[in-house]
Amino acid sequence: MLTAILIAAAVVLVLSILIGVLLGVVAEKFKVETDEREPLVRDCLAGSNCGGCGFAGCDAYAHAIVAEGADPGLCPASNAAQIGEIMGVSVSTGPKKVAFVRCSGTCTKTNDNYQYRDITDCRIAYLAPGHGSKKCAFGCLGFGSCAKVCPFDAIRIVDGLAVVDKEKCQACGRCVAACPNHLIEIVPYEASYVVRCSSRVKGKDVRNACKDGCLGCGLCARVCETGAISLDGNLAHIDQDKCIGCGKCAEKCPSKIIVKRENR
Amino acid sequence: MSYFSKVLLGLLSASLINNVVLSRFLGLCPFLGVSKKTSTAVGMGSAVVAVISLSSAITFFVNKYVLLTLDLEYLRTIVFILIIAALVQTVEVILKKKIPSLYKALGVYLPLITTNCAVLGVAIDSASQGLSFVDTMVYSVGTALGFLIAIVLMAGIRERIAHNNIPESFRGMPIVLITAGLMAIAFCGFAGLI
Repeated sequence: MLTAILIAAAVVLVLSILIGVLLGVVAEKFKVETDEREPLVRDCLAGSNCGGCGFAGCDAYAHAIVAEGADPGLCPASNAAQIGEIMGVSVSTGPKKVAFVRCSGTCTKTNDNYQYRDITDCRIAYLAPGHGSKKCAFGCLGFGSCAKVCPFDAIRIVDGLAVVDKEKCQACGRCVAACPNHLIEIVPYEASYVVRCSSRVKGKDVRNACKDGCLGCGLCARVCETGAISLDGNLAHIDQDKCIGCGKCAEKCPSKIIVKRENR
Repeated sequence: MSYFSKVLLGLLSASLINNVVLSRFLGLCPFLGVSKKTSTAVGMGSAVVAVISLSSAITFFVNKYVLLTLDLEYLRTIVFILIIAALVQTVEVILKKKIPSLYKALGVYLPLITTNCAVLGVAIDSASQGLSFVDTMVYSVGTALGFLIAIVLMAGIRERIAHNNIPESFRGMPIVLITAGLMAIAFCGFAGLI
């Protein structure tokens, strides 16, 4: 019994060693000359193959940087300056950005019109009457399609609402594409005030659908000193380039959906 | 029956009548994955032909002189997978050096030949049937040619499909699967050949 096991193990071991040696020889013989900077650049990249840079993956992007002179600053998750050092070019990077979910409709704030019992995926629930069972047709469906596509594990569904972890998020934009309600926006990491609603219906209908919602009253736009807030179809929108973070809009907002951005 | 006609019959039977993809449904992954363009399909088919022929030859000797003599037939699957994986790796390295354009076109499907059940299926089939070396080679080359025929035909059809106006719900993979099903039915016709 024992010898049989030992023989079997020995056979596989010998075979593996033979194959290993063979592969080593072949790999050495048919070595492809690559630019030595390519593996170095590849090491600087995040390695999650998220595709946020627009290339097929981290390997493809590293190759593009070295061989085709692609912009080294396209990967938000890696240190572009370090790559620039390897490549011998100076890189200017924009400010760090993160994804943000423009909805505050947790389970306690908005109710369901009906019971949805189908595949638990936002893109399918979106096809149901009223864009899902939640009373608000614009809100987070809460099935976490964004969380499923996130390569950095930065999105959690908390109380029926997608929440982005600001520290883990690398702004690759996959969740933006996944959300059928287009709730997710890429905002600067430093953004201090954000509008946590994306309902475009009139104030009364917003109130009926959700306890928290932008009524489109325009108080925020009136108090804003820099003109950063504009109203677009009953919905306030903050232009983060103009916002100075004074916080007056958040004070005035009657439904308190303009909030100071914390760790999410 | 003369030797030559026996070999020919074996090739016909393995490639057309018992077509590996269309009547035994092995190796569907590359069949559906790399059949968008005829040129890459030919490349993939040729790579599979090379891997299947080589791996059958090697596994035949390993099976006969190592596994059977040591009573280790139960190790067949794992040993064969080891050999196939090594061969695929070798093919990949050589392709990367010699034909980089094909290497790029095949992409992830090239390493996936490792898990192409057609390759393992042929090796295990011929080992468990106890075929002679010549029979093994005829069977494996025939099967591999069958894969090449099927994937090239599929690519030709898909190139034509691409320019047709297909109902929206059938676009992409559904129409390809339907096509594959129709091809499988058509290949049933070869059953009356012998």
